[in-house]
Amino acid sequence: MPIQRFYPHIPQRYRLEGTKCKKCGKVHFPPRQVCNSCGSKELEPYRLAEEGEIITYTVVYTPPDDFKTKKPYVVAIAKMDDGAKLTAQVTDCTPDEVEIGKRVRVVFRKINAEGKSGIIEYGYKFVLI
Amino acid sequence: MIGIIGYGSYVPIYRIKVEEIARQWGDNAEAIKNGIKVYEKTVPGQDEDTITIAYMAAKYALVRAGIDPKEIGALYIGSESHPYAVKPSGTVVAEALGMVPDIHIADYEFACKAGSEAMFVAYTHVKAGHMKYAMGIGADTSQGAPGDALEYTAAAGGSAFIFGKGDKVIAEVVDTYSYTTDTADFWRRETRPYPKHGGRFTGDPAYFHHVLSAAKGIMEKNGLTAKDFRYAVFHMPNASFPMRAARRLGFTKEQYEVGLIVPYTGNFYSGASPTGLSASLDDAKPGDLILMVSFGSGAGSDAFIFRVTERINEVRDLVPKVWDQIRTPRKRYLTYGEYAKFREKILMNE
Ligand SMILES: [Zn+2]
Repeated sequence: MPIQRFYPHIPQRYRLEGTKCKKCGKVHFPPRQVCNSCGSKELEPYRLAEEGEIITYTVVYTPPDDFKTKKPYVVAIAKMDDGAKLTAQVTDCTPDEVEIGKRVRVVFRKINAEGKSGIIEYGYKFVLI
Repeated sequence: MIGIIGYGSYVPIYRIKVEEIARQWGDNAEAIKNGIKVYEKTVPGQDEDTITIAYMAAKYALVRAGIDPKEIGALYIGSESHPYAVKPSGTVVAEALGMVPDIHIADYEFACKAGSEAMFVAYTHVKAGHMKYAMGIGADTSQGAPGDALEYTAAAGGSAFIFGKGDKVIAEVVDTYSYTTDTADFWRRETRPYPKHGGRFTGDPAYFHHVLSAAKGIMEKNGLTAKDFRYAVFHMPNASFPMRAARRLGFTKEQYEVGLIVPYTGNFYSGASPTGLSASLDDAKPGDLILMVSFGSGAGSDAFIFRVTERINEVRDLVPKVWDQIRTPRKRYLTYGEYAKFREKILMNE
């Protein structure tokens, strides 16, 4: 991702900052301007729960070129403990270790690097607890 | 009272055994293990580097300290494997942990001494009253050239220490002392991927001279002898060097074995003696004295004496301890081929 497109997303990618509706309490990630549950515009910054449970996942065997030395890897959607849903790679595991219902925790890892001389992108991934 | 108010360490889950590296290069594994007393080393995951290791160590240190990250006035990361040659590691870690923007940040380098250097400067800021809290981190994902002796030990891991004053102190800094000369025992020129070393020159005039001088210097300054300490931690490029240094100073196995992680982790470089300190704190009781002596080629040693307080009992179990991370059941052994891929030693088509 070009650097100018990456930097505005740092709060959400580095610190899992989403929004929470002041009226109905719904948590949104990525952050929203308007609550998708009650329509309220009164939202506050909210840091997502760091643990959750895998609700579905997929194993990537044919990744894009940038990730070809990392295959196979697992991408999962987890329901975090505050109800938000988060999609991320499950790192430090083999595909056979991942199951629906398993607990995950968010960690901070390298996501991608632009070749040998470009910027390094960091962000969240899951590890199995 | 000024000292450490929070500490944390991070050890990656990947390992490679000395046998596996020796098989690749036709070396005698038993002879190597007998020489360096290292049996396996950690390897960073493909998505790990000095920044992500420093982040995890810092996060654990914040949990133990129980403070708001915004209260940290300075963040210093010492490493010889900062991911960028130009662009600090500290900014990424501080941003990710929510410490920005009211914070002073710098990256340090001094071979394997960069971590204790970061700790020293963080401590002195608090002592001088510049700020309430300051954090120093030593972390590395160092590489030895393929086939070089260093490949058996160059490993990945790190530790973070938050300094502050008052009743939050876990380990009071009793004193510090540094011993430094210009000695070219180990170096890496700008833009070169692997370091060079002076062979036999790395032992006596470099490691032993500086480590022993720093240790003797700080003990004499404080009227203490080896038997006054519960733990002694020395920089550990392998296990034989720190064991010899410990014995020459009059320390026993009971004093150095808790902090001597290198047989099962390899050399964490800037994170080595700081992680030995962290392992000793994990084990310590109130009142215990800990001696820590780092070593950085080039060359110099930073020595610290810590006195552990009652608060250690409240914070010790809040995050994963060093030896629990070393012995984790999640530990995964790599083949040399996987290791070469992980460390990007394989020539790929661009
Ligand atoms: Zn709402």
